[in-house]
Amino acid sequence: MRFLHMLPQLLGVSFLAMAIGLLLMGLGRQFTARLQRRVGPPFYQAYIDVLKCFSKGSITHGFVMDLGSIMSLAGLLATAYYVPFVQWTATGSGSLVIILYMMTIGYLGMAMGVSASGNPQAPLGISRALALMFGYKIPLVMVILAMILVTGTSDLLNIVNAQQGGPSHWFLLKFPIGFLAVEIAFQGMIGERPYDMMIAPAEIASGPMVELSGKYLGLAFLLHSVQLYVETALIVNLFLGGAANPATFFGKQVVVYLTSMAVNAVMARYRIEQGIAHLWKWAGSLAFIQLLTIKGGF
Amino acid sequence: MEDAVLFNLRDERQSAWESVLNYFRKRSMWMLYYCTGCGAIELPPSMTSRYDMERFGMGPMATPRQADLLLITGYLSVKTLKRVIYSYEQMQEPKYVVGFGSCPINGGIYWDSYPVINHLELFMPVDMSIAGCMPRPQAVLDAFQKLMAEIQDGHAVGYKRYRKHYDWYKRNQDAVLARTEAVLEPWEDPFSDPALVESLWNDAPEEIKENREVRHDA
Repeated sequence: MRFLHMLPQLLGVSFLAMAIGLLLMGLGRQFTARLQRRVGPPFYQAYIDVLKCFSKGSITHGFVMDLGSIMSLAGLLATAYYVPFVQWTATGSGSLVIILYMMTIGYLGMAMGVSASGNPQAPLGISRALALMFGYKIPLVMVILAMILVTGTSDLLNIVNAQQGGPSHWFLLKFPIGFLAVEIAFQGMIGERPYDMMIAPAEIASGPMVELSGKYLGLAFLLHSVQLYVETALIVNLFLGGAANPATFFGKQVVVYLTSMAVNAVMARYRIEQGIAHLWKWAGSLAFIQLLTIKGGF
Repeated sequence: MEDAVLFNLRDERQSAWESVLNYFRKRSMWMLYYCTGCGAIELPPSMTSRYDMERFGMGPMATPRQADLLLITGYLSVKTLKRVIYSYEQMQEPKYVVGFGSCPINGGIYWDSYPVINHLELFMPVDMSIAGCMPRPQAVLDAFQKLMAEIQDGHAVGYKRYRKHYDWYKRNQDAVLARTEAVLEPWEDPFSDPALVESLWNDAPEEIKENREVRHDA
């Protein structure tokens, strides 16, 4: 019964996450175009792409592929229910442990789904994605641990509350080293250059997406949009003090995402072992320094 | 059986729903470019800052599964044709084919070359051909805009033509792909005879012939 009571909120957050994520994707593409002195696609291009994908024919490679596609989207949507949007979550809880746990389900679902397609490029891309996950999860978890130590709570809602009272209270200014570590890890989380080796269109033919056609590709787009929403919202809540109204919150998400797209526009791609080494060496050591300074009481 | 087929070509009445979907299809064409010939060199300038194809929502895609638009950028040898047909059949409907330059139209400067095919339209439906050797990026973008208009009007239905007249296309494909098999004795290429090509066209279903004329007049 409690589930039925929550259903409108859950559906609302699902649509919100997809809508915001797709808008971010469109804005990111336009931003990249402007950096390259092009006109670029309109900001609503990602909506058009998704609707077109759903209007096309599609090929399934069996039940496991269908299940994996749905499971990956469901896993990330379930994460979105725990990530605060303007100091509110659909489930009433903002547990960082659940968020970290659920975010992985998206990748595992995708791994299951696309591996069932039987194309050798797809497991290759997935193995790169999962290997990269080792790279960025460690710095991310270290920084999150530091934030938990500082605030004494693992609830993201309370972490947001601890930053209230203007920009000088934001963790961005209090813990800039940790923020830098998370920004580097974020680049790997959303798979943008220099950490786009799991997609690598010229190398492994877009990796996980190689056999996705029509509606499956549309689902993959939605998956990426929810992923963008969750991960930008996580950074906004952890470091930028959340927001008092939806417009400010979305504005902060856009700033976080476009920063990452600016890096994406000027970088080349790392090889997989370079990428992981880079993440551990730089993001990892920055996160470790942040953890030490907090633990040491500086 | 003909009555069961719910489409025909130029005078197709598309439903309102279909025309809404066509808007999304024309604004988001993802290309698979089959870089067989010199036409591929015209694509980087069309895609990058100078001519910026992405403002129409077009972009390159890595595999046939994801693509809507197959670009045949130049001459096709018989062996390549086989792979092009595989790629085309892997693509999901609706799908469109654009032939670049003279070679897919009539063989271009390779018209008398033994491994090169002369008429792409005999083997797969072509929605738009761009004349030139090679067409400049302006011509390429102009053709894409015309193709977008055709998609919106519901006229770019080569994939339906392929499905409906598959036997005719398949017969032509089989005839030409026989050339890829090893021959140990003197052998005359049936496609070197213009009369044979003409007779293949004469055998073609009315819809295909009609479409061919319309397309060439336009």
